[in-house]
Amino acid sequence: MSVLTVAECPVCGGDVEITPDVIVGELLDCDDCGSEIEVRTLTPVRLEVAPTPAEDWGE
Amino acid sequence: MAGSHGQQGRDPVVVLISTGIRPEEKMLIEAFRRRDIALHAVDDRQVHGTLSAWPQNVPHAEVVLARSKSHWRNVTLARWLEAHGARVVNPSRVLETCGDKAATTLALIGEGVPTLSASVAFGRESGLEAGRQLGFPLVLKPVVGSWGRLIGKANDRDALELALEHKEAVGGSPHAATYLQPFIETGGMDIRAFVVGGRCIAAIERHSTHWRTNTALGARAVGRPVDEDLAAVAEAAAAAVAGSLVAVDLFETPHGLLVNEVNGTMEFRNSVETTGVNIPGIVADHVMAMASDGLGLGLPQVS
Repeated sequence: MSVLTVAECPVCGGDVEITPDVIVGELLDCDDCGSEIEVRTLTPVRLEVAPTPAEDWGE
Repeated sequence: MAGSHGQQGRDPVVVLISTGIRPEEKMLIEAFRRRDIALHAVDDRQVHGTLSAWPQNVPHAEVVLARSKSHWRNVTLARWLEAHGARVVNPSRVLETCGDKAATTLALIGEGVPTLSASVAFGRESGLEAGRQLGFPLVLKPVVGSWGRLIGKANDRDALELALEHKEAVGGSPHAATYLQPFIETGGMDIRAFVVGGRCIAAIERHSTHWRTNTALGARAVGRPVDEDLAAVAEAAAAAVAGSLVAVDLFETPHGLLVNEVNGTMEFRNSVETTGVNIPGIVADHVMAMASDGLGLGLPQVS
């Protein structure tokens, strides 16, 4: 998969690859620190730390 | 009420409500795209509105796939949408049952589905007595919760007493009731069976070096052939909770297969490659059959 752009992990500052198939709202894992990151916007790319799981989260 | 419900001559509208886009939601979006159907993804954090009307920021739809991470958010959204004419998968009553371990157990018992014995207690002393009657080791779980969180194994009375004391001290809704089950020694393996539209379509075994076998905690998934026994128990469990898209967790015991839990917002990211079954595609076909039923389009029904 080609890389659209590289963005900065909001937790560790590492590189997060944004491939062309990534969509807004997608949850990604940072390869460097393992944090779960949410793609808030794509133009421009804006990443945020994903919400912490709450007590009633699950499947 | 969604004004366009029941109209013919257009594609059915299907909405997916979730909390962010996990691999499962991404696979579902792709499965619908392959069928030339737009799956309208909505983030539950954007939804608001008066309860007397269809929620804002949610397109009017024949079918809504309810996949919020939060149990209570999912149930509330499903109730709201149902009140305004939507078919929600899974419906609110299914989500309520599956999201509450005691309710699930009661539903399974009520329909004669083989399941683990389970007890509930509401205080420290009653919890100790429940544990004494159940025997050790046992497993404590919050009534609402998932992914193996806050689940503990008590090997003896002292360990149970400590856990109950901590629950009492921490307080809050997860600790309002204690759900206890006997610990079943399965060699660190359980089975997850996926049931769609009443049919068991795939299954995996989850292997772990830890007694908890949640893949969220690192358990390894391998494909498991679906035989008659597994299909029968998994489909009976799905029917007991009235769920059309559920994942049934089971233990293989000397007494046969026993249902442990039924999940109403199933995760399957580790189960497509491992089983070779196109789970999101089958889900999409099932949902489209429901949607077309609502529109009278006569699309193929899922068997």
